[in-house]
Amino acid sequence: MSEKVIDRQTVGKEAAPKGAAPARRRLRDKFGRSALPYLLLLPALLAELLIHLVPMVTGIVMAFKQLTQFFIRDWGSAPWSGFDNFKVALEFNAPVGKALLHSFWVTCGFTVLSVGLSWLIGVTASIFTQDAFRGRGLLRAAFMLPYALPVFAAVITWSFMFQRDTGLINHVLHDQLHLTSDKPFWLIGDNSFWALLTVSVWKSWPFAFLTLTAGLQNIPRELYEAAALDGAGVWQQIRRITLPSLRPVNLVLVLVLFLWTFNDFNTPFVLFGKSAPQAADLISIHIYQSSFITWNFGQGSAMSVLLLLFLLLVTAVYLFATNRRRGEAE
Amino acid sequence: MRTHRISAALALTAAIVLTASACGGGGSGGGSNSSPKTLTYWASNQGSSLENDKQVLEPELKKFEAQTGIKVNLEVIPWSDLLNRILAATASGQGPDVLNIGNTWSASLQATGALLPFDQATFDKIGGKDRFLESAIASAGAKGKDPAAVPLYSMAYGLYYNKKLFQAAGIANPPATWEELVEDGKKLTSGDKYGIAIEGGNVSENVHNVFTLGMQHGTGFFDASGKPAFDSPEAVAAVKQYVDFIANDKIAAPGNAEYAANQSVTDFATGKAAMLMWQSAGANLKSHGMNPDDYGVVPVPAPAGATGDKATTSMVAGINMAVFKNTKNLDGALNFVKFMTSDEEQKTLNGTYGSLPSVKAAQSDAAFATPELQTLAGVLQKSAAPLPQVPTESQFETLIGTAVKNLLASAAAGKPVTEATVKDELSKAQQQMPAS
Repeated sequence: MSEKVIDRQTVGKEAAPKGAAPARRRLRDKFGRSALPYLLLLPALLAELLIHLVPMVTGIVMAFKQLTQFFIRDWGSAPWSGFDNFKVALEFNAPVGKALLHSFWVTCGFTVLSVGLSWLIGVTASIFTQDAFRGRGLLRAAFMLPYALPVFAAVITWSFMFQRDTGLINHVLHDQLHLTSDKPFWLIGDNSFWALLTVSVWKSWPFAFLTLTAGLQNIPRELYEAAALDGAGVWQQIRRITLPSLRPVNLVLVLVLFLWTFNDFNTPFVLFGKSAPQAADLISIHIYQSSFITWNFGQGSAMSVLLLLFLLLVTAVYLFATNRRRGEAE
Repeated sequence: MRTHRISAALALTAAIVLTASACGGGGSGGGSNSSPKTLTYWASNQGSSLENDKQVLEPELKKFEAQTGIKVNLEVIPWSDLLNRILAATASGQGPDVLNIGNTWSASLQATGALLPFDQATFDKIGGKDRFLESAIASAGAKGKDPAAVPLYSMAYGLYYNKKLFQAAGIANPPATWEELVEDGKKLTSGDKYGIAIEGGNVSENVHNVFTLGMQHGTGFFDASGKPAFDSPEAVAAVKQYVDFIANDKIAAPGNAEYAANQSVTDFATGKAAMLMWQSAGANLKSHGMNPDDYGVVPVPAPAGATGDKATTSMVAGINMAVFKNTKNLDGALNFVKFMTSDEEQKTLNGTYGSLPSVKAAQSDAAFATPELQTLAGVLQKSAAPLPQVPTESQFETLIGTAVKNLLASAAAGKPVTEATVKDELSKAQQQMPAS
């Protein structure tokens, strides 16, 4: 859409001076006009380069070095190790590769569940708060609270609540409701996965809610009125009008949530500390352990590069698939 | 439009993924004296809070400034950040002049080459090597190399026991062997009260305790050539003995498995547990309102009749002081080390922190004549062994500490702990050690 509009404008402008001015001036004009946006972009571009690209390239270079504690003082002296770091990370029968693969599957399961639940809760809440009622503003504000809280403060509170002997969760589940025969552990062992998932969904669904609420405002009321006249029930209206209209929002939302959740470091780190339990060993924590705690930065970088490649692949496939489907639909 | 969004997403993805692993470039310059009037000092957190440390240290730094005219900029760094900060400083070459390190990191940090080695000439500048305790010097770097640091505060593990609870259970003397400890522990366990409290979610506490047990079983977790031997029968026995406090003996509360914020000290101070293995807990217990008369301190149990390494009852715990090789004020830095390790300062600082002086001459001071500190000083002199001083020590701490944490977690969840499960977990830890 927007591309077409711009095209038409430039065509129009170019048509006007045709023939009137000498060719050289026209060339300079054209050059000056087209260079200006780039000049304006230059500072941002430099910052982008400095902040994103340089560390990225450094990280990729590190992945090919044997950068252990013996060499971090002088990176230049670290020997090149070719693809050794990658080989170790990808050898799934050996311990390091096996642990990475395990962590990868945990992260995949965690991400699918977390994004799915966040989206589901977000879309439900935004639809319920779509029609005006008394206290709607207050409720919406309350929903946004987890998103507004600083991550560290929120997650540390959760970690207190999940403590086995003194935590609120067990107090409610065990002491009050008598749902469990014994107090379960939440921060160690297998349950830690569910604890992590709970915190993650709690933390990210308000963003889905916010985005979807904004998206809902763009759906014309007439569509619903027409549907109601045709005898469509609420459920049918949601399925045939709301969800299809939200599609463009959903496409971006799911992708962003996926990337954030897959890479989430703060939540598990604050919840479990440096060594996450096996069941909740997310990939970002795993990579941190492999580089910072065992002081093997080359290995950690190699894992990061692999993660980057995986996320690029997923993103590319996702965008390709969703764009093509949209093309077909049109 | 499409390519635009893809490239934007690519940039976003790439940025998120890789910023974590980015650091600056390293420098390789040695020390100099180009800025002789100031020093930056990174202190570790020894007091009850970072603020408390500042209050303790500032007056001493003022004294140093009055003596030498050198202003010391103090930064107290919490333990959770210290090692990462040091690594970042090492990688970037931008660090403090003088810093505190956990003494178990000495050999690992020594291997990075970031710290000034204390050779004979350097030691002479700070008053000589002989002034320091031998066991403390032994945990300041790999054997056969010039130490990478000098000991500043010394600590040792002791077994703290609650006198009233022991009396109430009809136990006359604190345990001297593990059999006695388990037996007493069972007598002391009833209802929600337990025989002993352990900090099972704390990786460092775990590794310190199983190291002592390992020495008693005859392994230091590394063989003579410095190769890891994590899953030897001796190591398995040592780790199993520790995990059994929860798994089989049931003298520690299952909830201990997730303790990582000193809850075990609180449990001991409030009478929820009757015993605690801890290093210099006195000041900490006092802050929880426990009267020094209410508890006693004895060395951690050892096998009956053990001698030599098998009679080890503690690691050599403590804080070392190191000089960053890149310092711009080498003479000032050494001067400051000399000041902090002087008899006078050793008495003042260790007296305040409840730790023991690392220099012999200060040990005899009256401030360290409490029953607790005398017991711990005895342990330090007679039955303490340094953690393995090998370059891969920090990996060992993380991997073994985590393995024990996992085992305690499964024991607490009621899963059986056998020699096979322990060995399996330890083998996994060993396989993750870097090959070299």
